[in-house]
Amino acid sequence: MTFDTIIFYFFAALAVVSAIVMITRRSAVHSAVFLITTLLATAGLFLQLEAEFLFVVQIILYVGGIMVLFLFVIMLVNLDVAVRQIQFSRQAWVGAILAIALGAQVLMAFRLGSGAFNLPAASTRAMQPNAEQIGAALFQRYMLPFEIASILLLVAMIGAVVMAKKKI
Amino acid sequence: MLTPSHYLYLSLALFTIGVIGVLTRRNVIIILMSIELILNAVNINLVAFSRLWGSVDGQVFAIFIITDAAAEAAVGLGIIIAFFRNRETVLADEMDLLKW
Amino acid sequence: MNSRILEEIQPFILPVIYAVVIVAVLPLLAGYIVLLERKVMAHMQARMGPMRVGPHGLLQPIADAVKLLLKEDIIPDKADKLLFWLAPLGSVTMALLAYAALPLGPTFQIADLDVGLLFILAVSSLGIYGIVLGGWASNSHYSLLGALRSAAQLVSYETAAGLALVSALLLGGSLSMKALVEAQDQIGVWFIFLVPISFFIYMVASIAETNRAPFDLPEAESELVAGYMTEYSGFRWSLYFLAEYANMIVVSGIATTLFLGGWLRPLASFHQHLFGMSFEALDILPALIFLGLAAWCAKLALRQAVPIQKFVMFLFVGLFVILAAAMAWSLTSPLMAGIHGGFWFIVKVLVYLYGFLWFRFTFPRYRFDQLMKLGWQFLIPLALVNLLMVAIGLLLHQQFGWWLLWSVILANGLTLAFAAWLGSDSAKPSSTEAEAAAAAVGGGK
Repeated sequence: MTFDTIIFYFFAALAVVSAIVMITRRSAVHSAVFLITTLLATAGLFLQLEAEFLFVVQIILYVGGIMVLFLFVIMLVNLDVAVRQIQFSRQAWVGAILAIALGAQVLMAFRLGSGAFNLPAASTRAMQPNAEQIGAALFQRYMLPFEIASILLLVAMIGAVVMAKKKI
Repeated sequence: MLTPSHYLYLSLALFTIGVIGVLTRRNVIIILMSIELILNAVNINLVAFSRLWGSVDGQVFAIFIITDAAAEAAVGLGIIIAFFRNRETVLADEMDLLKW
Repeated sequence: MNSRILEEIQPFILPVIYAVVIVAVLPLLAGYIVLLERKVMAHMQARMGPMRVGPHGLLQPIADAVKLLLKEDIIPDKADKLLFWLAPLGSVTMALLAYAALPLGPTFQIADLDVGLLFILAVSSLGIYGIVLGGWASNSHYSLLGALRSAAQLVSYETAAGLALVSALLLGGSLSMKALVEAQDQIGVWFIFLVPISFFIYMVASIAETNRAPFDLPEAESELVAGYMTEYSGFRWSLYFLAEYANMIVVSGIATTLFLGGWLRPLASFHQHLFGMSFEALDILPALIFLGLAAWCAKLALRQAVPIQKFVMFLFVGLFVILAAAMAWSLTSPLMAGIHGGFWFIVKVLVYLYGFLWFRFTFPRYRFDQLMKLGWQFLIPLALVNLLMVAIGLLLHQQFGWWLLWSVILANGLTLAFAAWLGSDSAKPSSTEAEAAAAAVGGGK
């Protein structure tokens, strides 16, 4: 049980437990807080996988940006009556069983095909400074997706502003 | 020892929980949050394999997924606000304007 | 088995000790910075500040802490219990977490992350949750409005702060805080002299980030009662307060590391000789500064009326003389780099904090729409153009071999021209609205 494994199990358990709690809360704000915990646990996993830049990007963008947006909207559309209504839809059981069946299928695929991957225990190549590598990759090999992503963000910004305006 | 299969199982668990959230909840905002959870599970997978092969491609893809999730969350929440202004509800069951 | 555990733990012992020291010292330090603020505010307003509790008010923070701990813990009836409990906790945790990557000296750093600067920015952006959740959980209109305003303000100025830091990053070449200070050592000039406009943008943005005056509308007493802190009392409120002052120190630490040379002595990399004396002689400065402080305290001590205050002043004289002797002695010990580095870092952080305190009592408060306009319509375009100009200046210096001074002057000059244009009337959209409104009013009459 090295320190690495302990850290992995800690963050993994935190992520799974927070996710389960998140989908069962009555109040949307509580769900948002538990999603924040899940995202922070995921960020911890990224750090453990030596993806430092992604660790920071996850915290700044996902937790510090997207979840703040979610919280603002939840506070805007907060209905007191919604907290007392039925939380789960009528087809909840069917949905849950289907989802678990899907999960079981993928699990079977993993178990059956695990030999084909021949996964070594850990990569023996040391990772160089992570942020520089990602920067080099983004600006050299993945330049086109990078530009398309920026146009996507521009379009999303315009779309969000138009959708939320009172009078267009 | 920690193999990538650990990360595979973890991301599968998170993915399944996200799918359950999307299929069972009525509150549209919680459905959106479960979608974010699904995207996150995929990110874990990508980063684990990028570490395995020692290349940075998986992490770059994960960055693009996070960017995409931000765009989608912004527009989706804008739509929810617009709908809420008209119909005063955030429950998926009651958003049935197109029903015959 | 025993030795294996020991060897697993070994890299963690020193960082844990540093972390414990920081977490233990910080609340006391924050309390004394509050006292410092009250004293400075008082002297700027020609009065004396707290003088009753202990000589010269030195026990005031302790009295405040005891009062806050003993106060009744009131929770509003319909408040969301989980979030009400969690919000101040989150605020303080995020504020303290930022100290993990802050270098207080060449060796005093808990974790030298490769992405240290981004980590501190990320953790600062997590501090928003303490505010937003606290305001929402209080189930009160004032709290919610104050919280949403504060969160909007923080998010707006985060972008400007980040862009200002990126332009300093371009000069430093790495995201690690230690490497940035070493880059300033190598280039020989502190970054504030190379990109002063970035420093200005960062100073304004950091004041807005920590909710300090003149940007303290969300928590000003005459505006929304106390904003998101309205319903919190006693120990929970003191946690918010601690978070705010810890944030102030972190932000000062970032500005010091990036712009003011971190733990470097002034003129640390001048190895030339002036009048036959090397600049290394400036190493005596810490001892001289302490001796100067001792002399000033002695002068003040002779003016004190009350005997106990005179006695305490003389105690301070003794303390400063001892510190001066310690600084002079450490010149010969191997710990010199650490101790002197720590001294210079603390001095620079105190100077920046003094700027924070000074602005609080000088500038009137910004209205919220003025605040947002300043953030989005002035600071962010200015930060973007500044970044572009710094990049161009750096390109000219490195690729085309221009002399550093010319590229600095060119870059900053162009940015200042842009700032002048932004601030002038031709850029303001509201001038046309004002004209239209005036025409409508004139036509309606």
